[in-house]
Amino acid sequence: MELILAIGIGVLAGSGVWLILRPRSFQVIIGLSLLSYAVNLFIFSMGRLGTGKPPVLDPSIPMDTAAFTDPLPQALVLTAIVIGFAMTALFLVVLIVSRGLTGTDHVDGREPGQ
Amino acid sequence: MSFSLEHFVIIPVLLPLTVAAALLLFRDQHRVGKAIAVLATMLALLAVSIVLLVLTASDGENGWLGVYLLGNWSPVFGIVLVADRAAAVMVATTAVLGAAAMIFASARWNGAGPHFHSLFLFLIAGVNGAFLTGDLFNLFVFFEVMLAASYGLLLHASTVAKVRSGLQYIAINLVASSVFLIGVSLIYGVTGTLNMAELAVRVPLIDDADRMLLEVGAAVLGTAFLAKAGMWPLCFWLPSAYSSAVSPVAAVFAILSKVGVYIIWRLSLLLFGLDTGPSAGLAQNWLLIGGLATLVFGSVGVLASQGLARLTAYAVIVSSGTMLVAIGVGGIEVAAGAFYYMVGSTLALAALFMLVELIERGRMAGADVLAVTMEAFGFEDEDVLPDEEEVGIPIPGKLAVLGISFIACTLLLAGLPPFSGFVGKVAILAGIIGIHAGGTGSPIAGADWAAVTLLIVSGLAVMIAMLRGGINTFWATREDMTPNVSVVEIVPITALIVVCLALTVFAGPAMTYFTAAAAELHNPVGYIEAVLTASPLPYPGRGVLP
Repeated sequence: MELILAIGIGVLAGSGVWLILRPRSFQVIIGLSLLSYAVNLFIFSMGRLGTGKPPVLDPSIPMDTAAFTDPLPQALVLTAIVIGFAMTALFLVVLIVSRGLTGTDHVDGREPGQ
Repeated sequence: MSFSLEHFVIIPVLLPLTVAAALLLFRDQHRVGKAIAVLATMLALLAVSIVLLVLTASDGENGWLGVYLLGNWSPVFGIVLVADRAAAVMVATTAVLGAAAMIFASARWNGAGPHFHSLFLFLIAGVNGAFLTGDLFNLFVFFEVMLAASYGLLLHASTVAKVRSGLQYIAINLVASSVFLIGVSLIYGVTGTLNMAELAVRVPLIDDADRMLLEVGAAVLGTAFLAKAGMWPLCFWLPSAYSSAVSPVAAVFAILSKVGVYIIWRLSLLLFGLDTGPSAGLAQNWLLIGGLATLVFGSVGVLASQGLARLTAYAVIVSSGTMLVAIGVGGIEVAAGAFYYMVGSTLALAALFMLVELIERGRMAGADVLAVTMEAFGFEDEDVLPDEEEVGIPIPGKLAVLGISFIACTLLLAGLPPFSGFVGKVAILAGIIGIHAGGTGSPIAGADWAAVTLLIVSGLAVMIAMLRGGINTFWATREDMTPNVSVVEIVPITALIVVCLALTVFAGPAMTYFTAAAAELHNPVGYIEAVLTASPLPYPGRGVLP
């Protein structure tokens, strides 16, 4: 499971970085989204991986940290997802405005060679 | 219910957030009322920050430390806000800057786009939160509040140039935020806490096997802040973003790069201070080298800038570089001088951003470019005036005021007497040289001397560039020279310069305070103890929750 997650994060981050370095603004925004997925998975994995463990303490089960998963990274991921989503939406608006004002979807606002 | 002093710590975050949200309910047509509301908020924040300054300055050796437990949770579980001397100074600087920028904006800029006032206050709330927070993830949240507002403000009064640089600014900052999160989660994965004070306790105790992971996490986290602070080679976005923003926004942005510097400063000293085990002094040499490179880049940029706004943006980079060099060298004396320099230079940069807009207003577009290009290619003014006209015309009153303000800003930024820039730079230089005079030869002595040289040379570069700009602007024989400037726009610039002047006049008490603040940063025992021993208030009838 660790290997699959690590490969998944790596592929997402790698594709994200590659897309961010591309000249079209649509590629950049997709790259940013992929990168933020990678980061979210990474935060999640920092709480240690485990299956079938609840993050919320249950008084009926005897106290044993091994029986529960760390709830904090899950809370952090939730915050990061919300913020990342909002920022992506905002970036999308700017991207469309830029497309409308400059007439091109190049990140520099003009086609190379112009 | 008694009002405890700790509540002052939350006001700089809560008040702007509340007012900003309330202002959203009113239409943008009420812009005078909105401007007054924002200004009143900023003045209230100024009062609160003065209270914080007085409180932290008093009470014995380590000073009063305001620890505010959000939601009355114990600091082990909940989020804390901490006000020590350094944070109080930064909050006060933000309040002064915000008030000045808002007065300036009320003349014309606040009507140029929707929701200016709310965005402005959200930005202030985010900045104050970043200064006051004692928790890494909470820092991320405040950073995002600040950045989200800054995206909106940068695009205020949208033009093609703004949208173009805004696109790049947002993309860079989104990547930086991702990097920030990676760093935070690595640190959490190794240490199991995000509370900055608790981190400081745990960092020296980390297993050697995990230590590299922790250091990688800290370095990744630092990269995010350095991108914000504008360290070379992470600063290429800064000049175009800062110079294309409308001037009151650019003035407030002057503090944004200082947020990055401040957090680098605080975290590196808290987590990797001198007596914190094997990781002590992590990346300090890199900060010094990066700072030196930033100084070189900023100086070259200042000299190469054709427009005054761009010149100011490069001066921001020079200012950041100076701060990073000071952090890299280390030592309480250097840090005290750097603190003094930071406050003065931030205010001066803000004043200059606003001033440049007023100067440019009366000029035809591209005049600067033309002037610098002509200079570079050796063209002189062809039309030599006839003798009888060489008597000269009186300089218009408005232009004289602008000119004097411009000279004051030049002196401040170049670090020449009699202004606070000089005192700050001398304090930094004396601190750097003092390290060696004390006989404790550090292993990077050569780099220290490079720092001394570059600090002086960068001042010279700023002075040359601004002199050139000033001559081309104020002594030029042009018809289109009387800018349409209202008093409301001159007052905040003058006020900022007067604050810098006051900082010079009261340099003694100010330095005492800054030295104490630097000592507190370098020896954070009081900080750690105050945060970790803070206990929640008992609920009536229920006692203390865990």
